[in-house]
Amino acid sequence: MGEVIVITSGKGGVGKTTTTANLGTGLALYGNKKVVLVDADIGLRNLDVVMGLENRIVYDLVDVAYGVCRLKQALIKDKRFENLYLLPAAQTKDKTAVTPEQMKKLCEDLKKDFDYVIIDCPAGIEQGFKNAIAGADKALIVTTPEVSAVRDADRIVGLLEAAGFEEPKLIINRIRPDMVKRGDMMDIDDMIDILAIDLLGVVPEDEKIVISTNRGEPAVADENSRAGKAYRNMVNRLLGHDVPLMPLENVEPSFFDKLRMFFGMKARAR
Amino acid sequence: MDFLKIFGRESVSSKDIAKERLRLILIHDRANVSPKFLEMIKSQLIDMISNYMEIDEEGLELKMTRIDKEENVTVPALVANIPIKKVKHLAKI
Repeated sequence: MGEVIVITSGKGGVGKTTTTANLGTGLALYGNKKVVLVDADIGLRNLDVVMGLENRIVYDLVDVAYGVCRLKQALIKDKRFENLYLLPAAQTKDKTAVTPEQMKKLCEDLKKDFDYVIIDCPAGIEQGFKNAIAGADKALIVTTPEVSAVRDADRIVGLLEAAGFEEPKLIINRIRPDMVKRGDMMDIDDMIDILAIDLLGVVPEDEKIVISTNRGEPAVADENSRAGKAYRNMVNRLLGHDVPLMPLENVEPSFFDKLRMFFGMKARAR
Repeated sequence: MDFLKIFGRESVSSKDIAKERLRLILIHDRANVSPKFLEMIKSQLIDMISNYMEIDEEGLELKMTRIDKEENVTVPALVANIPIKKVKHLAKI
């Protein structure tokens, strides 16, 4: 029996979909687990695009919920990563197209076949949110170091607790070490202090995320990406390994890195 | 401190401003004080205090407000104004 993890945030644009794609891919790639990514953002699907699987959609989540097709028919197998599948959202319907009961049933069915079911929750706290968390066992909350995002994250913590989730974990996304150093961005401790929940990981702002999204290839597989490293660390924590937070100082390139760059080689991500 | 501002340097980092604002926003968000909620507290307060003194239930006032904790720092506070009619004999307690 697998585990259903919902990735949520309240506020839009903080990186739920990117987090879903990277953690899911990481669990399949490094944890050797059978993983399915579920896009619960009906009407505004994007997980397929971030994963680079947009051209392979035939059926979607709503089709499965209404028995238009069998579950297996709607699952898209990612050919690049063994054991990784995607269940896309419908693009033409809206959040009310499915009910929490239908989502619960869907999660129960997926859990039988997969080790991890990772759900990408839509922004907001309405029906779409309620659907996305209905069948989940665990919840992760993504936030960025901004007042608005942290405020919404706090609201989500409250709603998750009211829905019976024990200990949702926090992911701090897009932190900029240089700004934290200058005192112009809240740091990790500030946010944990305010939200009073456990931390799963911290992802530094990284141009490579934009590039990898352009290509439709999750950054978690990119050895040279600092964000990718942060995702790999989180994957290992989800798998039960004790991995320390990576240092967030803006690491100056070392002499050898400069030498490598001089010879046109890529500096190693640290 | 003001002369620092003249030279374009704020004495408080923007991160600390963010943190302080957020703290206050969240206290309010979390408290979610509806009139019904205040009424609930009010009736329980009356029950509890009535064990010890006779109070003017009509004149009882309960509200959420902010008070100054120190300079430039306000904290939310629950303020109750409870007129006492008579203190009961407390000798046995």
